[in-house]
Amino acid sequence: MNRVFVLAGQALLYGGFALLIGVFSHWPAYAPLAADEALIKLSFVHHGKRIAECRPYTAAELAKLAPNMRAPLKCERERAPVTVELDIDGATAYRYTAAPSGLSRDGASTVYKRLEVRSGTHRITVRLRDTTATSGFNYQHEATVDLKPAQVLVIDFDPERGGIVLL
Amino acid sequence: MTVSSSLLPIVPVPSASARLWRALEHGFDALAGTSGNPLKHLGALGFWLLWLLVGSGAVLYAVLDTSASGAYPSINMLSREPRQWGSLLRGLHRYSADAMVLVVLAHVVREWMLGRFRSFRAPSWLTGVPLLPLMFACAIGGFWLNWDRLGQFSATATAEWLDALPGLASPLSRNFLGGTQLNDRLFSLFVFVHLGVPLLLVFGLWFHVQRISRPAVFPPRALAIGSVLALLVLAAVVPVRSQGPADLGTVPAGLAYDWLLLFIHPLTAATSAALVWGLLGATLALLLALPWLGFRRRTAVPEGRPQEAQVRSPATSHTAWRPIALAQPVAEVDPAHCSGCRRCVEDCPYAAITMVPHPNGRMGMELAQVRSDLCASCGICVGSCPSSTPFRSAQVLHTGIDMPQWPIDALRQQMLTGLAALPGPERYVVFGCAQGAQLDALAAQGVLVLPLVCTGLLPPSFVEYALRAGANGVLIATCREGGCAFRLGERWTRERLLGQREPRLRAGVPRQAWSLVAADAGDEAALAAALTALRARAAEPFVPLESFA
Repeated sequence: MNRVFVLAGQALLYGGFALLIGVFSHWPAYAPLAADEALIKLSFVHHGKRIAECRPYTAAELAKLAPNMRAPLKCERERAPVTVELDIDGATAYRYTAAPSGLSRDGASTVYKRLEVRSGTHRITVRLRDTTATSGFNYQHEATVDLKPAQVLVIDFDPERGGIVLL
Repeated sequence: MTVSSSLLPIVPVPSASARLWRALEHGFDALAGTSGNPLKHLGALGFWLLWLLVGSGAVLYAVLDTSASGAYPSINMLSREPRQWGSLLRGLHRYSADAMVLVVLAHVVREWMLGRFRSFRAPSWLTGVPLLPLMFACAIGGFWLNWDRLGQFSATATAEWLDALPGLASPLSRNFLGGTQLNDRLFSLFVFVHLGVPLLLVFGLWFHVQRISRPAVFPPRALAIGSVLALLVLAAVVPVRSQGPADLGTVPAGLAYDWLLLFIHPLTAATSAALVWGLLGATLALLLALPWLGFRRRTAVPEGRPQEAQVRSPATSHTAWRPIALAQPVAEVDPAHCSGCRRCVEDCPYAAITMVPHPNGRMGMELAQVRSDLCASCGICVGSCPSSTPFRSAQVLHTGIDMPQWPIDALRQQMLTGLAALPGPERYVVFGCAQGAQLDALAAQGVLVLPLVCTGLLPPSFVEYALRAGANGVLIATCREGGCAFRLGERWTRERLLGQREPRLRAGVPRQAWSLVAADAGDEAALAAALTALRARAAEPFVPLESFA
């Protein structure tokens, strides 16, 4: 009789444990995004312009260099930060200046930003500056997009495709 | 009567958390039986679930198409296999991971509540903490391999979480931008995460169990079978299904979500990646710091125990930082009485004893050597030593390995003196685990109570010796099965007394003259009942010691 009780107790324990796992491995459902929302991902990896134009070495500078290091042009490694602005329906939704990566600040500037917006039609304006200028933007893209619920709109930067692209 | 305070073992007072955990264990004991109590085999169950994951994962890997475009159809087809074997296998794999997380977290809580993270246990604790994030990394990576909507969400959320760390040249999240397809090279990285991290986990587990002997990597058979059956039934009743192929152009909606394994993503979404990183870092730092927290190095000599002052070696400047440098007595080997039989090596629960060539230089002869930083001061080695028999005629009983604070000779003397002092006509001796049931209540007239830090310290021949010295009966009170503070003390005591392990209690000792009872704190009624039963059946005094000699 005692063995029956023990077996029943063990069955209760295993059943309870399985129930715990069964419930919390499926429930409650999780929605990463509200039902009427879409997602805009603004992201790019872009090298800003060099902070100074390349110029020829002076004779004195060349003399200081080892013979195998003498090149015709001297180019600064440091690059300008990249500034991006995103307007949605005329209002600024995001503005960010991405510093160049690397110890010498000669790497790419990177941005990754998620923006959850209501689905539907939106007027999107993206501006990007990759020079040392302190005002104005040298790239701009405007578009009207119709975002379906749960749709992901990607805003990227691709120089080969003319700069700012919407995917 | 009880022995003088100079021989009482130093036993830490159980904390409120320890008492609470023991109460929970006792509840499970009542429900499922002591040997089938999962709370007493959490570490072994964790290993068992890992073996299930490895076995089921190997079969799943064989059918997995390891390309980004082929992974989903290959696993989905397995789930739709008409005879349900694929679905069962997939369910077993997923639910084993869920179960492992629960069991391992319960294992951590148990060790913490019982205070088992300091001193000689600190290495096991410290090597166990890093395994927790590894375990979750293995589990989360498994969702990506399926590359369904849930896998897509988890991979994207993980990348966004990792991007919060400084130093990445390019955001990992760019791999999951909409309008692109996941490339096969990245998918190979997923495979590596889900295969490589478990290998690291197994390697880490090897470190984790290095400081203990006979690590339990398989639970008792009943628990192993029961857990597999429970998981298979769950897999059949609630099959694990893919949630549609991944599509980076849309955000998954309404996911059937595994909160046990993937809770970190909603937590990050509800707070911030930086906060979750901070929480994770703080939790791990706290767990790693526990062996040092709330612990004051003991320097004062306890009242009435001057012998401890002689054996305690102060922490040196280069070991003072170590949590294992707890000042506690260490077993001492007497080369003149150590025969090199290796029984102490076999029985030590913490692998603290090794054999070295005997200094006497005799070919092939070995000597036990104790590593002081591993010694738990439990005395189980003393109980295993054949030289610990009290029947040796030397006036002072020297044994091969002894605890300096509770020398075996003192135990013999205490027993003989105590027995002689009992008024009679009936005399009983109780050897009890000081960390088990309260023994004080037994110290009535005619009963000599000898508390031991662990009953594993007791050489079985002491039972016969007590009977021959005039005791009518001997009661040995261990803690409950699976509840030994020193892992193996209860088991070794039981097996030695029942003649299943060396050194054995001699078969000629009348069975009705001694009794073995397993009683934790709170089981005092069972202890008293065992003594009453022993009194009722105990025979006349055994052949007296004088005639034996």
